[in-house]
Amino acid sequence: MNTDNHNMDDVLVHVRGLSFQRGERMIFDDIDLDIMRGKVTVIMGPSGTGKTTLLKLIGGQLRPNQGTVEVDNINVHRLSRSDLFELRKRMGMLFQTGALLTDINVFDNVAFPIREHTQLPEALVRDLVLMKLEAVGLRGARELMPSELSGGMARRVALARAIALDPMMIMYDEPFTGQDPISMGVLVQLIDKLNDALGLTSVIVSHDVVEASAIADFIYVISNGKVVGKGTPEELQASDSAWVQQFINAQPDGPVPFHYPATDYLEDLLAGVNE
Amino acid sequence: MEWLSQLGRSGLRFFERLGRGNLFLFYVLLGSFSLLGRGRLLLQQMYSVGVLSMLIITVAGLFVGMVLGLQGYNTLVDFGSEESLGVMVALSLVQELGPVMTAVLFAARAGTSLTAEIGLMKTTEQLSGMEMMAVDPLRRVIAPRFWAGFISLPLLAGIFSAVGVFGGYFVGVGLLGVDDGAFWSQIQNRVDFYDDVLNGIIKSIVFGFVAAWIALFEGYDTVPTSEGVSRATTRTVVHTSLAVLGLDFVLTALMFD
Repeated sequence: MNTDNHNMDDVLVHVRGLSFQRGERMIFDDIDLDIMRGKVTVIMGPSGTGKTTLLKLIGGQLRPNQGTVEVDNINVHRLSRSDLFELRKRMGMLFQTGALLTDINVFDNVAFPIREHTQLPEALVRDLVLMKLEAVGLRGARELMPSELSGGMARRVALARAIALDPMMIMYDEPFTGQDPISMGVLVQLIDKLNDALGLTSVIVSHDVVEASAIADFIYVISNGKVVGKGTPEELQASDSAWVQQFINAQPDGPVPFHYPATDYLEDLLAGVNE
Repeated sequence: MEWLSQLGRSGLRFFERLGRGNLFLFYVLLGSFSLLGRGRLLLQQMYSVGVLSMLIITVAGLFVGMVLGLQGYNTLVDFGSEESLGVMVALSLVQELGPVMTAVLFAARAGTSLTAEIGLMKTTEQLSGMEMMAVDPLRRVIAPRFWAGFISLPLLAGIFSAVGVFGGYFVGVGLLGVDDGAFWSQIQNRVDFYDDVLNGIIKSIVFGFVAAWIALFEGYDTVPTSEGVSRATTRTVVHTSLAVLGLDFVLTALMFD
């Protein structure tokens, strides 16, 4: 059943009725998502809403309690391990930390998936790696070790690695967190440009509203396991949901209260005096 | 009743972990076939696991042999049989001290570094990252390290025993005046390859298997925090040492049967 009236061929990732529980805690409660081909889709929500978990569910690293995740019309959680690995060769993922292999240098990190999955001659691997590094502006940094990179550079190397096998989609886990304004701008621009130039589909999980809105074609806002808002950036700005307004405009108090639930303040203070 | 449910819980946790450990081993062994065409990965790991452990093994072997020479001489000289010093030193090393001491030192030197390396790779999402690149970390990262440990430990035990005999020779013959020819000829006569040396080799092969398994499983199963990695590293040394000493008793009992 397609609730959003998209043409099914345009949908790359099709999530229906997804529920996921960790221990007693409900992370996702029956959510539906559509990630459109060729578009940049941003999943927003406060910290701790399980946005990274969603990416791991799409990538098949976690299993949902209920519901289905289809990527390119393939049900991810019905696949055998080897078929899942075949599918993952077409999906890139950029981890929050970059997750570069720390014992090899930048060049070898980008070459890693190429060497693992193809039998290309080393001269060709070299050219491929240099092209990917050039795309993220780090061709000159190929000899550096991951420990010598700044956070933003590490993410760009990881991005070069993620596009090494020319995937159909890339999932970004909090790509803007902890970046200075310049590397933030670089990353925003890179994600946007790569998406268009390589014909990718991008899924970005982020709570950086301004940066993410700048490149998003479509935004889902998730809170407490539910999709509480969705639409283009403009539609969300105009949303009449108090929750979405609080999140988008970064207001400290609103439907998400500033205070952790507690007893009455005055009573609490006087309780010490009365004892 | 509280203590009973507590006992039940820790019992369940223990067996759950044991099960995970066995599954882990199964998949590592299953994934080992992919190593056949990639000897370089194995060689790299044998260097960091085996070759880099050689210094501590050699030095420890030398000292243990020297102590054996000194102690043995003091006991044997009372019975006028100090010519048997070589046999005593060689048999103690080849059958017991070589395999056991090497395994314990191996756990401390190489096992901890394997656990910490794998644990940190898990903590920094490198293992997840590999999985998302469709590379199985059990095949690519764990299997070469497992076989490197498995192959290296018996070789290191051999080096330990050999160096130890020279340590005993240095003290006994060099310092205390035991007859040179008697020292070696008694070893040649009384140390049997099948009964003595082979048993020691079997022990060190078993220990190599266990030490590599424990170290890698602890790393792979670590709670991905800095505290988790530190606990896992400690557990590697404790569990390996206990397992080696326990297995040593079982194997010795079987071999003397």
